Amino acid sequence: MNVINIKNISKTYVMGEEEVHALQRVSLQIDRGEYVAIMGPSGSGKSTLMNILGCLDTPTTGLYEFNGVNVSDMNDNDLAKIRNKEIGFVFQTFNLIPRSNALHNVELPLIYGGIPSTERKHLAEEALSHVQLADRMHHKPNELSGGQRQRVAIARALVTKPSIILADEPTGNLDSKTGDEIMALFEELHGQGNTIILVTHEEYIAEHAHRIIRIRDGSIERDELVKKDGEARSKMATAE
Amino acid sequence: MKVSDFTYEVKEGMAISFQAIRANKMRSVLTTLGIVIGIVSVTLMGTAIEGLNRGFSDSVAKLGADVLYVQKWPWFAGRDWWKYRNRKDIKMADYKALARQATMFQAATPATGTLKTVKYQNNSSTGVWIIGSNEKYLEIGGSNMDYGRFFSQAEADGGRPVCVIGSEIADNLFPHATPIGKNLKVGSYTFRVVGVLAKQGSFLGMFSLDNRVIIPMQAFLQRFGARHGIDIDVKVSNIKQMDDAKEELRGIMRKVRHVAPGAEDDFAINQQELFIQTFNTIGIVVAGIGLFITALSLFVGAIGIMNIMFVSVTERTKEIGIRKAIGARRRVILLQFLIEAASLSLIGGVIGIIISYPLSLLVNQILPTSMPVSVVVISIVISLIVGVISGFLPANRASKMDPVDALRYE
Repeated sequence: MNVINIKNISKTYVMGEEEVHALQRVSLQIDRGEYVAIMGPSGSGKSTLMNILGCLDTPTTGLYEFNGVNVSDMNDNDLAKIRNKEIGFVFQTFNLIPRSNALHNVELPLIYGGIPSTERKHLAEEALSHVQLADRMHHKPNELSGGQRQRVAIARALVTKPSIILADEPTGNLDSKTGDEIMALFEELHGQGNTIILVTHEEYIAEHAHRIIRIRDGSIERDELVKKDGEARSKMATAE
Repeated sequence: MKVSDFTYEVKEGMAISFQAIRANKMRSVLTTLGIVIGIVSVTLMGTAIEGLNRGFSDSVAKLGADVLYVQKWPWFAGRDWWKYRNRKDIKMADYKALARQATMFQAATPATGTLKTVKYQNNSSTGVWIIGSNEKYLEIGGSNMDYGRFFSQAEADGGRPVCVIGSEIADNLFPHATPIGKNLKVGSYTFRVVGVLAKQGSFLGMFSLDNRVIIPMQAFLQRFGARHGIDIDVKVSNIKQMDDAKEELRGIMRKVRHVAPGAEDDFAINQQELFIQTFNTIGIVVAGIGLFITALSLFVGAIGIMNIMFVSVTERTKEIGIRKAIGARRRVILLQFLIEAASLSLIGGVIGIIISYPLSLLVNQILPTSMPVSVVVISIVISLIVGVISGFLPANRASKMDPVDALRYE
């Protein structure tokens, strides 16, 4: 079954006198358990698409069904509930709460979800162990390295057991070695059955995914599956 | 909405606001200054009014509500003082005529006073109020004997050199012995102590009622000047007939003092009521000024909090975006900033109460009072309400932020 089903969505911004068509009649399905990369240069509309997929924003026209539920014209509070229960965000700049320690950061979605404190603590510890940060739980973000911060963010995204994990340039602020480690972690999460949507403009990052959707000028330019064989993938990359 | 959700949200909101306030200690304390001043003025005003009321009812009880005071001066003379100054003094002859003719009175006593130094051996008290009166003094003045006796009618009529002293004089001059039967010096004259009055305290904190010596009127006039004008204190037999009694008194006084028909009285008949009216006016003025200062400083304080909350919301735009992205609803964000504003204001309230407490002890030096618990409770409630009101606009702005814009904010 589709986790995400988008039909003919458009997003138009009004900038002063001018109308900007960030997305034009985009249709897209993503199944449970997929590992998808959304690629495109800046200004292509991929951020807009990500915001809509993440229920941070609603389309101007068109239909968006999430787990079979129409979310295209939900109000703020219902969207917040979907984001809380069904979507795990991982951002380029980590976006942790600076004054809270790692454990509290991971607990936060559970607090907003109304989970009792003992269960909350247990789940958060579990998620932090999952990303190998059990020993850093009581550190604040500024006491952690970039890679560790991103792991905390991933733990926060995982802790509610969401339907999708939405990662926006997750390696953009990391050196390449740490970036590889984070990508390996996504690979592992995907192996455990998580649905992952990766937004990036870097080809080599996108190649970790099993399906690449390329966006240009507000439309889907190409939507293709990547062969999981390492050789084939690099061949394809050079062929494109 | 589940109750438990709300509880978590409130707890989280409190945790966040304490972190935020702790992170900006100086700013937070400065912000609360207006609230601090407001709460200090609320509590001090409450304390002062409490003190005025308490002190006043004490003092009125001491004076007695059923006594008329025939005097040269009205109690609240205003700007006409020169008119009253030229009046004839009230004399013993007036008293005698009045005591003979009046019918609606239980007791009357002439009264006059002067300040003298009182000595016994090496001890002395300066500035003692020496009162000339008669044997009815106790009945009219509302005071009681501690021990010994009051002087008798015979002693009063004969102008005997006897005296009754206030408790403060007894403590000062006779710290280790009984004063009864001792001869003390009032100015240069000797008086024998026959009794000590029970302690009365002070009149509205202004002067002590225990620092006095009462001697027979005749003795007073002989030794301290026959030309002294006197007052006549009259206790009415029925308090419900105050006005009739006052009219009778007035008629007698006009006749005795030969006031022409149609001419103004050349004396005043004072009574508690005047005092109560004036007092109430003072109370209203104090409350009015207090209320004005309080309202003004709370208003300034509220604006200060609102301002700093707007700053706080703007500073934390990104954080608001993050919280919204991971599922914080509008209500949660609203609550978080309302709690922060209320906490700031509450801190101001508590600081205000802490500052007011020693100040209320200072007020207690002047008025018999203490900070009422109700005032503390009211202050806390007021500061919470001010916090919530002033936090509402900034919190509302935060709660309505668009998550996409907020996340993009640097």
